[in-house]
Parts: sequence; C-alpha cells; structure tokens
Amino acid sequence: MIRYLIRRLIWAAALFLTVTLIGFVLFYLIPADPAKFACGRACTAVDVARVAHYLGTDRPVYIQYLRFLGRLIPLSFHGGFHLKAPNLGQSFVNRQDVNSIVAAAAPQTASLVLGGMVIWMLIALPVGVLSALRPRSILDRISMTGVLVGISAHPVWLGLIFSYLIGYRLHLTPIANYANFFHPLYGQPGGPIQWAYHLILPWITFAILFAAVYVRMIRANVMETMNEDYVRTARAKGAPESRVMFAHILRNALLPVVTMLGMDVGLALGGAIFTETVYSLNGLGYQTIQALNNYDSPTVLGILVFATTAIIVMNLVVDLLYAWIDPRIRLG
Amino acid sequence: MALLEVKDLKTYFSTGDGMVRAVDGVSFSVDKGQTLGIVGESGSGKSVTCLTIMGLNAKRYTITSGQALFNGEDLLAASQSRLREIRGNDIAMIFQDPMTSLNPVHSVGKQLVEAVQLHSEVSKTQARARALELLKEVGIPRADRRIDDYPHQFSGGMRQRVMIAMALINNPELLIADEPTTALDVTTQAQILTLIENLQREYNSAVIMITHDLGVVAEIADDVVVMYAAQVAEKGSVDEIFHRPRHPYTWGLMGSLPRLNADVDRLVQIQGQPPSLLRPPSGCRFHPRCPYVMDVCRTVNPDLAPAGDDVDHLQACHLDEATKEREAARLLGAVAGAS
Repeated sequence: MIRYLIRRLIWAAALFLTVTLIGFVLFYLIPADPAKFACGRACTAVDVARVAHYLGTDRPVYIQYLRFLGRLIPLSFHGGFHLKAPNLGQSFVNRQDVNSIVAAAAPQTASLVLGGMVIWMLIALPVGVLSALRPRSILDRISMTGVLVGISAHPVWLGLIFSYLIGYRLHLTPIANYANFFHPLYGQPGGPIQWAYHLILPWITFAILFAAVYVRMIRANVMETMNEDYVRTARAKGAPESRVMFAHILRNALLPVVTMLGMDVGLALGGAIFTETVYSLNGLGYQTIQALNNYDSPTVLGILVFATTAIIVMNLVVDLLYAWIDPRIRLG
Repeated sequence: MALLEVKDLKTYFSTGDGMVRAVDGVSFSVDKGQTLGIVGESGSGKSVTCLTIMGLNAKRYTITSGQALFNGEDLLAASQSRLREIRGNDIAMIFQDPMTSLNPVHSVGKQLVEAVQLHSEVSKTQARARALELLKEVGIPRADRRIDDYPHQFSGGMRQRVMIAMALINNPELLIADEPTTALDVTTQAQILTLIENLQREYNSAVIMITHDLGVVAEIADDVVVMYAAQVAEKGSVDEIFHRPRHPYTWGLMGSLPRLNADVDRLVQIQGQPPSLLRPPSGCRFHPRCPYVMDVCRTVNPDLAPAGDDVDHLQACHLDEATKEREAARLLGAVAGAS
C-alpha cells in the first residue's frame, strides 16, 4: 500500500508539472503582450518596458516558469528555514494575490459542485434503479427521454430558462449572485438559509446534465448485475427481494459509480463555467473566463494549479476508496 | 408419499419471437434419500424444470402449469413468502458455474452466515460457528482462516465446495444440483461427486442431479430421467436405463459414450441438431433425427408407456417391444463386445 501511494504521488507530481508547463507555454505563445494590456492605452514603449520588468514578463520563458514553480514550493529560506503557503503569484491586472482570488472563488464553486452532486445523486439513484427493474415500462421510457433531454440541453440555456421563468416571472428564487454562508458582505444577504436559497437554481441547473449521465450509467449497471449468477444464488437461498437488491445487486452495481463520482467532482471543482456565468457566481470558472479575457496568466495558472491539484487528489481518494470497497482489488 | 412429485410440468417463456416451450409436460418423482439423475442435451429443459420447481424464473414472461408437490404442498401455487421459506431451507440448489455463483464482494463466511440467518433466529456467532463446521465438512483446508476470504481467493473446485456447504447448511430435504461439475476438471469432478454422495448419506437428503454426462449419472443416480426437447423421453432406474434402454435417443446417448474396451473408429453420433423449442417438430420430437422413424412418428407424439413388464420403466416411443429389445441388445452388445 505504501509503495502504491508513493508511486501515485510521483505520477501526480509528473502530471502536475506537465499540465502547468503546457499552460505556461500556451500563454507565452499567445501574441498579446500582458504588459501592454496591463499598462493601458496611454503608455509609451518605455512605460510598457517598465511594466514588463515589474511583472516579470521580460525574462526568458523558462526563467518565468522556474520562478512560478519556485513560488509554489511551500518552503521558504528567508530568515531561516520555515514553511509558507504556496504563492500563486499576483494578477497582472490588479496585482491582487492570486491566492486570495482563489480563496474567494473556491468556496462558491465548491458549494455549487458539492450541493449539485447531492441533488444529482438523489435523482439518479432511484430513477436509475427503478428504470433497470422495469425495463421498457412507462417509467423507463419517460426517464430515458428525460436523460436525452438532460444530456442535450445546454446548461446555459437551461439556466436562462430557469432564471427567467422561476426567478423573474414567478419570483420564487433569486436569479443571480452568491450569498456567503459565514460572513455576508455589507448590505448583502448571508447565512445558511440565504446561501441555500441563492443556490437552488444553480444546483438544479448544474445537476441536470450529470443526473442524466448517471441515470443512464446506473440503469445499465443494475440491469447487467441483475442477471449475474450470484443474484440467482441469493434468491435460491431464500433471501427476500429487498436484501437481494441492496446487499447483492446494488452493492456490486454501484462500485463504478464511486469512481465516476470522484472524477466528476474533481473535474467540476476546476470550475463549472456555464452555470457560474449564467447565475453570476464568482466561482473559479467565472474567474478563469475573466482572467483569460484580460490575458491575466497568473490568475489563470493559479486556478489551473488549484484545479489540477483537486483532480489529482480526488482521483487518489477514489482509487483508495475503490480498493477499500472492492476486495478483488484490495486482495487481488 | 414421494418427497417431490412433479406432474405434467409446463414452463413457457413469452419472448419477442414467440412462445418458447422450455418444459412441455414433464413428470417424475423423487423419494426421500434417493438420487434422481436428469440427463439431456443443452436446451432440453433440464435446468428450467428445476428452476421452475424452485420458482426462480422471472415472473414477467414465464407461464407455468402443472404441479410440483413437495411433501404434498404444490410449490407452483405457493406464495412468494412460502417459497422463500422453503428455498435454502427445505430445498437447496447449487448451480453450474462456481466462478460466478458467489457474490464477489462478500466474504465466504458472510455468505454462509447469510444462508443460516435467513432461516433461523440465531446469533451471528452461532451462525459463524455453523458456517465453519460446514466448511470443514466439505473439505476446505484451514477453514478457520479461509472463512473470511473472498470468493476470488478460492479455486473453482473450492468454490463449488463452498456452494455445497451453503446449500447443505440448513439440512435441506432435497438438494438440486444443476450440472455442478461441468465447469470443473475431471479429478475435481470426482471429488465433488464423492462429497455430494457422502453428505447425502449423512444428511439423508434426496438429490436431483442435472447433467449431460452419463458417466456422472451412472456413478451416483438411483433413478434416471432422460429429457429431450422439453419432454421426457425415457425414465426408470439406473440399472434399467443403462442395461435395457428402450428409446432411440437413449441408444444414441449410450452409443456415443467412448468406452475404453471398445475398438471403434468413430463414435456413434446422433445426426442432426436439437430442435427449436419455439416451433417443436410435429409428432414425436425426436423423429427428424431418429434412424427408426416411421410414419406415425411424424404425426403422433408418443405418450410415456411402460417398457415391457417393468411398470417403473417408462418410455415414449412408437416402436414395438420386440424391435426395441433387439436394437438395444445389438447396440450394447456391439459396443461391449467389439474388442
């Protein structure tokens, strides 16, 4: 197990370096000068050169990359050897610490993603299982149609429809913005109830696509598992249907769902761009779009670092979890 | 009264292509402590017969008629809860493929304990002790350590032993074994059969052994039912069937057995293929493949009738007694004396 972990960590580090390097190089290749953009229209060439030196963009690209990596290492030598938080750099646009940008945006994305996950699983599990138990019934046909709609409908379109109908016309929920769970900003709604209230529509919008995908997968897995020999053995032992369903069918059919959940959540934590944009939630995805428009590479790279780390961590967690729940992997 | 009496059992499956007549009028009985061998080709209806008795067919597209009287109680008319009481408790079934018949994510001990706790109000410790007892009886070495292992950590033969342990753990009166050794190699097959025989004697259970292997039948059966195309072709004691077979299909089966003392170039083959159960042949279902076919065979399906004097030996064939005796003797003599 320890060797497995170490191997995974080395892989994670290699992946991390590759992703950040590619991101870095892509930014370098974009034919726009961040210094000129940050400086503004009124700058002369001398001013731009000064800004470039300040931002660090006049150094060769590999120096820039090494400095970027150096900032990330959580060790510091200034005034003795001690730990420090990884520094993601400073935004080219307003010199704000990227750390604080991410720290402000991440909770919004996390709230959206994790809450959305709960909702999509609450929909997908019963619908998927019931459809599998009664294939080609009315319920099954309705849910498969629903799946098709859910997969095809774009989250932006869905978001606009929901916010218009439910938020604007029926005044049932707010249509934009995020309410902070703990510390409401001055003059803004806050606290747990407002937090949830503002997130209802975003959660539903975000969940629909995933729910559709998961209903289809759960239905397929359960249908396949239902025909396995050991299910027949369980019935031959005299087990009641409820036990056959939970201890035998679902216990096996839902194993792959665990892996997929981990991967999807990890991926979505990198920024649920469409949903955040439609509902004006300043999450990681939204910030990335803004930063891209401003050629703000530290911010984009900083969010990239965060997202990559999230995905790698989630994948590791999922692999360990899977080894725990499937004895064939654990003891194979 | 026989332990299990099956009367005119019919099981039809309604499929997209039509009605598949998987079992079409099968009757037999099993006495307490006896072993019945059900022999037939793949698709003859042997497994479906036993699945129907246990009520394990999917309800949605299955139509059943007839009776399966277990100690006088008709299993086909029993409620689901009554069937659940009987399954695993009074009647137990083991299946063909031990590799896939055990739940891969539960330990072997857990599955055995489940079998116990489904039918008696005992504590987990007591159930576990009973599970350990059975594992030792079926010959799992170091059972106390292996009880918490998972199915994938056992070999095929060991898994089948676990299945047998699970089936016998509640002392069932009847054990139905659906081709238990087909997926195993020959040496393991011999061990498993001996195990079943010993346990049967010890627990005084009746056994229905479904197989396509006549060698297995000869080894452990008291009575034999030969099935062909969802119907019974011939049935009787093992001695009668093996030494005085009276149905051309049974002759074909006997003739196709390789024998060590026979010097033959080619094994006797039954020409043709088993018929479709969607549209079975008219008249006698074996007639397209029968070397002795007569006109009446094409139109009239023969009923089971006693062969000669023996009332318990029944066969379904239009041939007259004299021809049957002659052909049977010729076949068995030819095979036995050809060396």
